[in-house]
Amino acid sequence: MKNFFATRTGIVSVGLVIGVFAALLQYWGNPGNMGICVACFERDIAGAVGLHRAGVVQYMRPEIIGFVLGAMVAAFVGRDFRPRTGSAPIVRFVLGAFAMIGALVFLGCPWRAFLRLAGGDLNAIFGILGLVVGVWIGTLFFRRGYSLGRSQKTYTSVGLVMPLIMAGFLILMLLFPQIEGQAKSGILLYSLKGPGAMHAPLLISLAVGLLVGAIAQRSRFCTMGAFRDLILFKQVHLFSGVLALVVAAFVINLVLGQVHVGFEGQPVAHSQSIWNFAGMVLAGLCFALAGGCPGRQLFLSGEGDGDAAVFVFGMIVGAAFAHNFGLASSPKGVGPHGIAAVFIGLAVCLLIGLTMRKKA
Amino acid sequence: MSELIDARGLSCPQPVLDTLTKIESMGSGKLEVLVDTEAARENVSRAVQGKGWRVDSIAEDGDEYRLELIKE
Repeated sequence: MKNFFATRTGIVSVGLVIGVFAALLQYWGNPGNMGICVACFERDIAGAVGLHRAGVVQYMRPEIIGFVLGAMVAAFVGRDFRPRTGSAPIVRFVLGAFAMIGALVFLGCPWRAFLRLAGGDLNAIFGILGLVVGVWIGTLFFRRGYSLGRSQKTYTSVGLVMPLIMAGFLILMLLFPQIEGQAKSGILLYSLKGPGAMHAPLLISLAVGLLVGAIAQRSRFCTMGAFRDLILFKQVHLFSGVLALVVAAFVINLVLGQVHVGFEGQPVAHSQSIWNFAGMVLAGLCFALAGGCPGRQLFLSGEGDGDAAVFVFGMIVGAAFAHNFGLASSPKGVGPHGIAAVFIGLAVCLLIGLTMRKKA
Repeated sequence: MSELIDARGLSCPQPVLDTLTKIESMGSGKLEVLVDTEAARENVSRAVQGKGWRVDSIAEDGDEYRLELIKE
């Protein structure tokens, strides 16, 4: 069976749809240039369940839930659900944690880097350059035989763990809905101000998440892979999808009056260029070593990849560390220990990249 | 005689990287690649076609695919 989404037209269509809906989500209530940000939203989820106590970034983001569940449904429909696990899970967890720490030094995952660019935030250029450099370093390791090893087939129930957890999160959200003016509903935390308080209506967020999850699973959309394939194989397939995302988001932003070109005063961003760059070098390297951008890891975890699920939890726990330890940046600039964390993260990546090599 | 790459269980970009490295060293001939995800099947097929090879056949065996790649 021919998979339309695997064609060039397919991946470009998916990029366009993501770009359009990301810009619209901002219009519908999500924070500025943050229609969809996998890192930010997983960080908000970590806050919603109280893993960190940064009051301004606590919200159970339905987009993330939708990504996983949409990918799962698409994988079953496409006969592509493949429960598998066992490819160095603990390493993937650590890579996820440091990917998140790097992303929070920049203030966004690759998806948001492109959305920031599409909204005129020129700081994003340094983040994207950092992403490219990080991915490039990753390709050097791959050329020298770096491998996390093989995964093994496993039970269907193992592949369903992540979708079930996300379904559980959704149920919690319905049981303990946001109450106007209250920071807590049942066991869930809700931001009263800051980015965590800005969100599109639940059902809209969930619907967009499901749609994006489904089409991204079919197309293998990946913002890290876009650059990796370009550098490693001179292939433009995935890159054309990312380009489509930026163009679509930019056009819709223009229509909605959401473009503000400049460096200063950008929403949920700082203009310390060197750390915007370095944070994304770390994140890009982690994504490359783990084989997918944070979005892709969610879609993989929806199609049964237990190792990708472990990476996602690494990111969520990494977000908790980032806020508890003062590693995350804020619009004022990098956190008190963010710079140290970037260097530690890079050292950890070097250790992983250099020691995990199959013999030729 | 055809050569074989077992890329089952490997995550991106290894199935493609291993395949491209192999066909570069071979120049031409016949190569079989084993993969076990749809994504790897699509990615390997797409990558080799860009290098002048063609996918002669794809045999499906349960959750696995055996791709036969050929360049005369």
